[in-house]
Amino acid sequence: MNRRAVGACLMLTSIVLGACRRKQVPVAAVTTTPSTAPTTDDGAARRAREQFVRDSIARAQADALARSASASDADVANLRSLLEAAVRFEYDASELTDEGRMALDAKLPILRTNTGLRIRIAGHTDSRGSDEYNLALGLRRASSARKYLADRGIAVGRIDVVSFGEERPAASGDDEGSWAQNRRAEFEILSGGESLRVPPR
Amino acid sequence: MSIPLTVSLRRLLRRIACLTVVIGATAANAQEGVRLGLIYGEGGKRPGIYVLPVPGAAGDSVRTILMRDLDFGDRVTVLSRNTALPSPRLGGAVDYAAAARLGINGVVEVTLVTAGATIVLHDVAAKQVLQRRTVALPGAPNSASWRMAIHGASDQLEEWIGGSRGVAATRVAYVSDGRIWLVDSDGANAAPLTPATARALSPAFHPSGQSVVYTALEPAGSAIYVSDLRGASRRVVAPSGLNISPTFTPDGSGIAYAHGDDFGTDLYLVGAGGGSPRRISIGRGSDNTSPSFSPDGRRLAFTSGRAGRPDVYIADDDGTNADLLAALSSASQAYRSSPDWSPDGRAVVFQSQLGGAFQTMVITLRDRAVKQLTAEGANEDPSWAPDSRHVVVSSTRSGVRQLWVLDTESGRARQLTSVGGARLAAWSPRMIR
Repeated sequence: MNRRAVGACLMLTSIVLGACRRKQVPVAAVTTTPSTAPTTDDGAARRAREQFVRDSIARAQADALARSASASDADVANLRSLLEAAVRFEYDASELTDEGRMALDAKLPILRTNTGLRIRIAGHTDSRGSDEYNLALGLRRASSARKYLADRGIAVGRIDVVSFGEERPAASGDDEGSWAQNRRAEFEILSGGESLRVPPR
Repeated sequence: MSIPLTVSLRRLLRRIACLTVVIGATAANAQEGVRLGLIYGEGGKRPGIYVLPVPGAAGDSVRTILMRDLDFGDRVTVLSRNTALPSPRLGGAVDYAAAARLGINGVVEVTLVTAGATIVLHDVAAKQVLQRRTVALPGAPNSASWRMAIHGASDQLEEWIGGSRGVAATRVAYVSDGRIWLVDSDGANAAPLTPATARALSPAFHPSGQSVVYTALEPAGSAIYVSDLRGASRRVVAPSGLNISPTFTPDGSGIAYAHGDDFGTDLYLVGAGGGSPRRISIGRGSDNTSPSFSPDGRRLAFTSGRAGRPDVYIADDDGTNADLLAALSSASQAYRSSPDWSPDGRAVVFQSQLGGAFQTMVITLRDRAVKQLTAEGANEDPSWAPDSRHVVVSSTRSGVRQLWVLDTESGRARQLTSVGGARLAAWSPRMIR
């Protein structure tokens, strides 16, 4: 064992001891710790033990706080679906419709409350225009949605935009119903989506 | 001016043919005293060519490829495709009198030699050999390199016969299932160039024919790559926002492409090896894509939404003096895009939305006359062959999106690919010159 490994071993032993003592576990359990653990550096072990205790309390307090403010599973699912709801567009247009603005308005409080959230907006088009020009149109749609959010206080740096033009249709039909589904901006959570918090009402 | 659909396609094509005849005559006058091609009578009628059976193990393949190339070239009538026609051969020699009686103007005689072939063109009216040349046939019979060499011989024959070189020794790059593919001009040797993992679009050939530039859609944005013909690629523009529809400058030193960000999509120019891009178009927040250079590199055709509905514009290579390529009739609200400037500089092909589907149109720059080349199915993203006569488009006329080759003079169309969903084609320069 080199010196570093010995140190790690010592630390581990101390942590186990510390944790066990706090919980008043029978001494028998303590005897299962490696008997080879050096006992020469008692000062360091004690300091590490005390630090561990302080850290565990802080962590528990933070967890409790988060639990009280965080959402139930159903709430989280609801927040996710609001956040990921697509915004639709008119033919050859990147201007937001009233419905599109409503969908974006629903995302705003979630983004404001969950400041660690980063999202990606992907612009898509129907299959009717030019394959290449549609890539530009898709980007314009994604940018238009990002601008709406940014104008309402969401940092631009939290929102990536990308375009797939007509390359990834949501519906494959060659009719207005399918085209309408394909003219969209999609929202994807990049990071910070693990513990969504419900916005204050 | 856009032509109403009621005008028959055949009539339009006849007009194009007339125009070409005039241009051809001028070119011939310019070279007075130099005889180009076969002696053959009837004006406007294509010379009749007979390709003699080729002795030897690979002889049938050679003959089949030559006859098909000459047929696809649309400049001659390949009489030897009619197996009922007797061979104009007398013993070991060409029977010129018999050939003349059969309506044959030129006889092609091929002799296989070691790792090559001697190609001879007989002029029936002059009763003599017009041209003779031995070409190397590298690789095993029917290998890609061997076939390409025969395509080169076909192009040489077309030049001997009619004065203008054929385009058989070319390839077409296209997109299928998210990959760039290459296929020979006769539909053989279709193979993917880019890996299945990348979502690749919009190939365009380097003027040398030895590399292809394309866009790849990546999770963080789109990037531009250059690949050699074996698939070894390098990134020229990193994925940041949108980087799409690349094309090489005619001298091969640079790549023009469309870059999009929050302020719209504009045309940029970057060195063929990468470097700092320079903005070309100033779209003031509009979308500008799909650049295509004039052959002298001084002008650009491109798609722009600057006036609302996408349309085709031409501008100087610094983005100034942008003009609508084709005026719209006042009632028309057509969506027009995807221009490709002809290698001879005389015309631009593009697509125009008519009745819900794109059709391929050609505009001659001298008089700005617009002609509709297609009417069946949707016919998109045209790209010129090096002869400035044939165009490859993606067409749904068969029910599936496939590549078709159109002869802009005769209106003849032939299917090039048979995979599922081929599009965004780019025709290569001549691989053998």
